[in-house]
Amino acid sequence: MFLHLQDEGYNGNKLSGRARGKAATLIYRFKSIMQKVDLSVTLCSIPLRNPTILASGILGTTRALLKRVAENGAGALTIKSISTEPREGHNNPTVITFEAGMLNAVGYSNPGMHAAAREFSDLQEIGVPVIASVIGTEHEDFMRVVEGLSKIQFSAIEIPLSCPHTPGFGLLSGQGTPESTFKITSLVRKATKLPIFVKLSPNSPELCTAAKAAEDAGADAITAVNSMGPGMAINIDAQRPVLGFKVGGVTGDALRPIAVRCVYDLYKAVKIPIIGVGGISTGRHAIEMMMAGASVIGIGTGVYYRGIDVFRKVSEEMALWLQKNGYNTFRDIIGVVHD
Amino acid sequence: MIEQPRMINICDVWEETPDTKTFFFPFEGPFTPGQFFMIWIPLLDEKPFTISYIQEEFLGITVLKRGIFTQKFHEKKAGDSIGIRGPYGKGFELQTDLRSCLIGGGIGMASLATIVDRLHNVTIIQGAKTSSELLYRKRFQDMNLCTDDGTLGYTGTTVDVLNALLEKQRFQKIYACGPERMMYKISEICKKHDIEYEASLERYIKCGFGVCGQCDCSGQRTCIDGPVFHQQELIRMADFGKISITKTGERVIHP
Repeated sequence: MFLHLQDEGYNGNKLSGRARGKAATLIYRFKSIMQKVDLSVTLCSIPLRNPTILASGILGTTRALLKRVAENGAGALTIKSISTEPREGHNNPTVITFEAGMLNAVGYSNPGMHAAAREFSDLQEIGVPVIASVIGTEHEDFMRVVEGLSKIQFSAIEIPLSCPHTPGFGLLSGQGTPESTFKITSLVRKATKLPIFVKLSPNSPELCTAAKAAEDAGADAITAVNSMGPGMAINIDAQRPVLGFKVGGVTGDALRPIAVRCVYDLYKAVKIPIIGVGGISTGRHAIEMMMAGASVIGIGTGVYYRGIDVFRKVSEEMALWLQKNGYNTFRDIIGVVHD
Repeated sequence: MIEQPRMINICDVWEETPDTKTFFFPFEGPFTPGQFFMIWIPLLDEKPFTISYIQEEFLGITVLKRGIFTQKFHEKKAGDSIGIRGPYGKGFELQTDLRSCLIGGGIGMASLATIVDRLHNVTIIQGAKTSSELLYRKRFQDMNLCTDDGTLGYTGTTVDVLNALLEKQRFQKIYACGPERMMYKISEICKKHDIEYEASLERYIKCGFGVCGQCDCSGQRTCIDGPVFHQQELIRMADFGKISITKTGERVIHP
């Protein structure tokens, strides 16, 4: 019965009140069964209690918010990306939604590496692993930020070489090419012993080559994918684009099939683990991503669809599905569609 | 709900003080006092504003001129259009039968104005730097006014006025909006006198619907968990009255 729950209540928008009530009853009923399913995972030697990770750019601005997301069930957390200097980002609107997802062009607003190092001290209090997201315009900037944050107890470093909406960064400065991916990853490899996750764009026809370049340069995992596009929403009455930066990265439901395909392709192309990100907001979405080849999954826009406790909900829904289908652990379904 | 602005026409503009204007626009739909709307001026920016007037199917927002965005906003006239999205956030929980006190500091008074008519037994305290900045003088005849420079009413702060009133009478609930140091001091007074308290916080807001994390206050998202917080929440928020977050995301100590 519960297999149909999301199909009924989750309609690309928020769960209806009736469906929420049903979900609560069913989750209560199957709680004892769920405990038999093992959701724990080790990602690049980092132990996670479950495979859900807060994606970068959502809620990762302060230690207090990270703690709150951890309390709401996330297995690991990624902070909002940090550059060498403080950045104000783009003017508002920076985040809007549409029928099938979200458009964002925040523009990498962040307080810079020195203020970030102060903000993210005492990370052990949070209780789950925290991943630093590091950005730069020049190749060497990535190294400088990694060094600037070196005293903080991050569990891994993510380098998003794939942002589609901030001049000087990511795709807009050519960081997503295989050559640039290799160079930047190599430099970061020299600067840290922590696991490195390279975040790639779904746009690139060279996705697998870039991932292979990252692997060759010493990356420990691939985060796939960043937002796609950029896309644009126009207010026809104002006859103007809505976003302050006019264009923005597309995430959410619209991104999911693209992200699943990217993970499917990458699973064949690289040996290192894949963190599947893009449009995941239910347990079924997470399992789909894992069947394509993801070892763990990231959630961002899902926070909008289902609230800050989306991590707990997705974990519980995964456990229910796995139990129902005779699995003791989700590790048995990773890449299963490739067989 | 799609979180995008829709264009509406301004139907009236009132000058409240030399630096503040109220813009009226048509709006139908549920709205709780204390909630806010994101107002968009295309190609410029988008900022949060609380509702200061509720009149049948019209709402009003009172805008203080303090930056490029609000300057451009002040140039708008009846018939011009602006974009709005919302209402967002958690408003005030009105307990209409309690003996209440509203305390507005500066433009914070705008956020409280819509609850005056809904409370049965209410005392209003309003403070500003100088007399010309005091809001709604004709709208609410019976206010306890104070100014920093003594040009009108008591010379001093709203906190001084509250302390003086509490020597003679008791309030069961206080609603406040204004500078955060003011709201923090009132919170301390409410703790001491065991008065229920709600305050509306101001933070830098980007998305408005709880995903970007920019408006954090001790793990609470001001845009969706607030902007109105109850005393029990405020006590747990270590940043309240002390720290806010700038547009870059840097934590700064309140002036």
